[in-house]
Amino acid sequence: MIPMIRFPRKRTIFWTLLAGALLWPIFSWAVLHAIWGADLEACRAARGVGACWGVIVEKHRLLFFGRYPFAEQWRPLIATLLIVAVLGLATWRRLWQPRFAVLALITLSIATLLMLGGLASLSFVPTKLWGGLPLTLLISLGSTLLAFPFAILLALGRRSRLPLLRQLCTLYIELVRGVPLISLLFMAAFLFPLLLPAQWRPDILPRVVFTIAAFAAAYLAEVIRGGLQAVPSGQYTAALAIGMTWWQATRHIVLPQALRTALPALVNSFVGIFKDSSLISIVSLHELTGALAISLGGDAEWRSFYLEGYLFIALIYWIFCYALSCSARRLESGLRY
Amino acid sequence: MSSSRLRKLGLLCALTLSAVATQTAHAGKTVDAIKQRGSIQCGVSTGVAGFSLPDSQGNWSGFDVDLCRGIAAALLGDANKVNFVPLNSQQRFSAIQSGEVDVLARNTTWTLNRDASLGLSFTGVTYYDGQGFLVPKKLKVTSARQLKNAEVCVQSGTTNEKNLADYFRSQNVKIKPVVFEGFEASFKAFFSGRCQAYTTDISGLAGVRNKEAKNPDDYVILPEVISKEPLGPAVRRGDDEWFAIVRWVAFALIEAEEYGITRANVDAIKAENKDPAIGRLLGSTEDTGKLLGLDRDWAYRAIKSVGNYGEIFARNVGPESVLKLPRGLNNLWNKGGILYAPPVR
Amino acid sequence: MRQTLFRWLPQIALVILLALLLGWMGHNVLENMRGRGIHAGFDFLRDPAGFEIGEGLLDYDASQPLWRAFLTGTLNTLRVGLPAIVAATLLGALIGLGRLAEHPVPRKLCGALVETLRNIPLLLQLLMCYFALTSLLPEASEAIAPLPGFLLSKGGLFLPALDCTQTCMLDLPAAEGFGISGGWSLSPEFLAVLIALSLYSAVFIAEIVRGGIQSVSRGQIDAARALGLRPLQVLRVVIAPLALRAIVPPLGNQYLNLIKNSSLAVAVGYPELVSVANTSLNQTGRAFECIVIVMAVYLSLSLLTALLMNRYNTRVALRGTR
Repeated sequence: MIPMIRFPRKRTIFWTLLAGALLWPIFSWAVLHAIWGADLEACRAARGVGACWGVIVEKHRLLFFGRYPFAEQWRPLIATLLIVAVLGLATWRRLWQPRFAVLALITLSIATLLMLGGLASLSFVPTKLWGGLPLTLLISLGSTLLAFPFAILLALGRRSRLPLLRQLCTLYIELVRGVPLISLLFMAAFLFPLLLPAQWRPDILPRVVFTIAAFAAAYLAEVIRGGLQAVPSGQYTAALAIGMTWWQATRHIVLPQALRTALPALVNSFVGIFKDSSLISIVSLHELTGALAISLGGDAEWRSFYLEGYLFIALIYWIFCYALSCSARRLESGLRY
Repeated sequence: MSSSRLRKLGLLCALTLSAVATQTAHAGKTVDAIKQRGSIQCGVSTGVAGFSLPDSQGNWSGFDVDLCRGIAAALLGDANKVNFVPLNSQQRFSAIQSGEVDVLARNTTWTLNRDASLGLSFTGVTYYDGQGFLVPKKLKVTSARQLKNAEVCVQSGTTNEKNLADYFRSQNVKIKPVVFEGFEASFKAFFSGRCQAYTTDISGLAGVRNKEAKNPDDYVILPEVISKEPLGPAVRRGDDEWFAIVRWVAFALIEAEEYGITRANVDAIKAENKDPAIGRLLGSTEDTGKLLGLDRDWAYRAIKSVGNYGEIFARNVGPESVLKLPRGLNNLWNKGGILYAPPVR
Repeated sequence: MRQTLFRWLPQIALVILLALLLGWMGHNVLENMRGRGIHAGFDFLRDPAGFEIGEGLLDYDASQPLWRAFLTGTLNTLRVGLPAIVAATLLGALIGLGRLAEHPVPRKLCGALVETLRNIPLLLQLLMCYFALTSLLPEASEAIAPLPGFLLSKGGLFLPALDCTQTCMLDLPAAEGFGISGGWSLSPEFLAVLIALSLYSAVFIAEIVRGGIQSVSRGQIDAARALGLRPLQVLRVVIAPLALRAIVPPLGNQYLNLIKNSSLAVAVGYPELVSVANTSLNQTGRAFECIVIVMAVYLSLSLLTALLMNRYNTRVALRGTR
């Protein structure tokens, strides 16, 4: 860090006082005067002075798992842990190999099957009852994995020497990047059924995952294209010189290097998708943000403590996003050797 | 080489085209699809007290929910063979158009526009409602005409939104609508004090006031009823068989109340009955079911599982519920209301 | 010849396949619509809208045609998007500079702000903002006046306005009836979108500004200091013009994102384009047409922003290289 703007050292007192004045009320409200138990009376009494974290204690199951059947909630819990484990591994560079994608896919399928049930002794739980954190994780990871191969093809296509192909890929990427995700989600909710034959009726969840994947692919493609551009053209020429075909050179020489360079940016894109998954609450799927609405919206007593609910959900998002962007930064600094 | 490639391409095109052609095959009849599936897809609201509301275990209850259960009992023989699909007001018409749901029982107002241009048909009126206003008592407002310059919270995509604009234009009173996507968001904003008034159908207002307000006595429903809101189930256009079943199950439940047949006494009446009209309805003397493609016990099963219209009303929105709505227009024609079912014969 | 064929055949095949896919979907749309008795087309835009829009720049009411409603919505998107761009840029520059401050306290404060805001979904921040504005502020009858002539309450922010219908005079807002009348009013929905959008974009802009300034080589700054320029002069004369070259292209991207993100306003009921389209979609059932309109408008806005930013970029780049 190169300090550019000079502030005289002697202003320390001023800055400390300012910081204190800014942070003290927050600390006092959120910690000192907060109510930690699910005690409605105490919460009402502390209104305006202290936070009521009791609302989280009271509603935590609904917040985390939405309307998933209460007795079966160990299933989404395990699914969540599985996905978190995969996310943790994903930030480990040494594991960043094609095999890892397979592992992630398998874990994701296990998590989905576990949530869905309907086999062995697990009861069937339809997707419309899914909600909360596992849904957020499933949707963001699922659509990223789905988008990935498509994004690679788009990135290669955009750099291709075949003019029609290049223009088609560019057109797709720019079109998708030009419109807001929410308009695409409305499309998934309202238009998808019209685009398919009358007898195909995909559930809203796969529709949304597919749509987010189509959206994410355009962004991931640009990141991968950046990685491809960073690979020196000599690599490619050399690969061709030893008799590799274009596909072989791309698969074995260029793409691995490009992806490795693009890895930090890819993780950051995933953070973006993770945050964007909150939008699906607008098309009535109860992921984290939507789960908050069903847990507090219908309860006149606890509804006054919505702010605490928002802050708690924000904290969950923050932990995931911060951890991921930190690892992206670590990956990036690891690149410069 | 190139010519064989071209031929392959041509073959591919032809295959794709023929695939396109076969896709235009006629969509299956709704009743067949339901029987094959073994359950009815019933589109309900995402949560309107008294009409369709899930509890924390995801069990649905309410007026619209019972109607779907009655239909399931009549068609499939089991009132539990219903899959409830919660829909917000934006999704409801697409859902019925696309076939995601078989019947839309989502306190939806029957209007010419919806009936004619959305590819659906309303089967009849099951609840006569009207639009009103809810205001905090402390504003001391006694009439909607006093709401000059007030902000009124309303849900988007409803007939309420249009009626609101029409009514205050006709009264020459300027108000400011504050429009929300969801039902929940709209009343949440009202209770937080964002708006001075809240508008929806009277039944909805009663539900919101009695169920969602911290203290229901702080709020009052204004006397003005600014619109006709005939609510009823709708089905996809073009399937007369299914249309008739949905329509006549509702009629049968109304007729059952007229004859005094309840969930409790339906067995006894069926066994001892001498009245030919009741015999027709319950299938003991005459088989009315075959005209609808059902068996002869269809109405009996519907009544047995959800009760007659009066019972459904009392349980969900009437005196036995938190809404405590009076029967009003929704009483039988011979008891001061306008409910009148054509005879089941 | 064969070479060319080899190059073009797969591409043509791809185009044909895509065309077939699109054709198949289009066919499905028409078939599905016919099956449900819906007719397609944009003729419905001339029908009266039938619903009111809470706020807007145009003089709009429910009896006007739907296309006017869409226009009002589009203008509302710009009405919140453009001020948000200005606010986000100023705030972002400030935070970005703060992150480079020599003193650790402002540096850490700005750093914490950036790390907090950019790791929380914008939708959540928007909902929080809206909740704070509508639940925590007092009712209109007991509005707080942060400055004389300014009134802040659940009904929004009311500012004094210049009323020049007859003679120019200052129109001060005052509590009247249920709310506040007079003056220039900003609804809580508008304020929530404006605040959330500006803050969220500001932290991304802050990072761009910081990166841009850090890309200026140390030697340039040392040289400027050695010449005896004061710190603010160094910033203005040396750092800013050089940094701007690195800042402008990603800044343009952020502006595009901001405009697209303004579509989240639908969640709090601010009547921008998506919200109006959504209402019309409901009232008319024309899902396909309404979504097409939304996409077309956003695409044009994106293209326009990209065009303007490119213009500006060439100017900055040229000036930088003498």
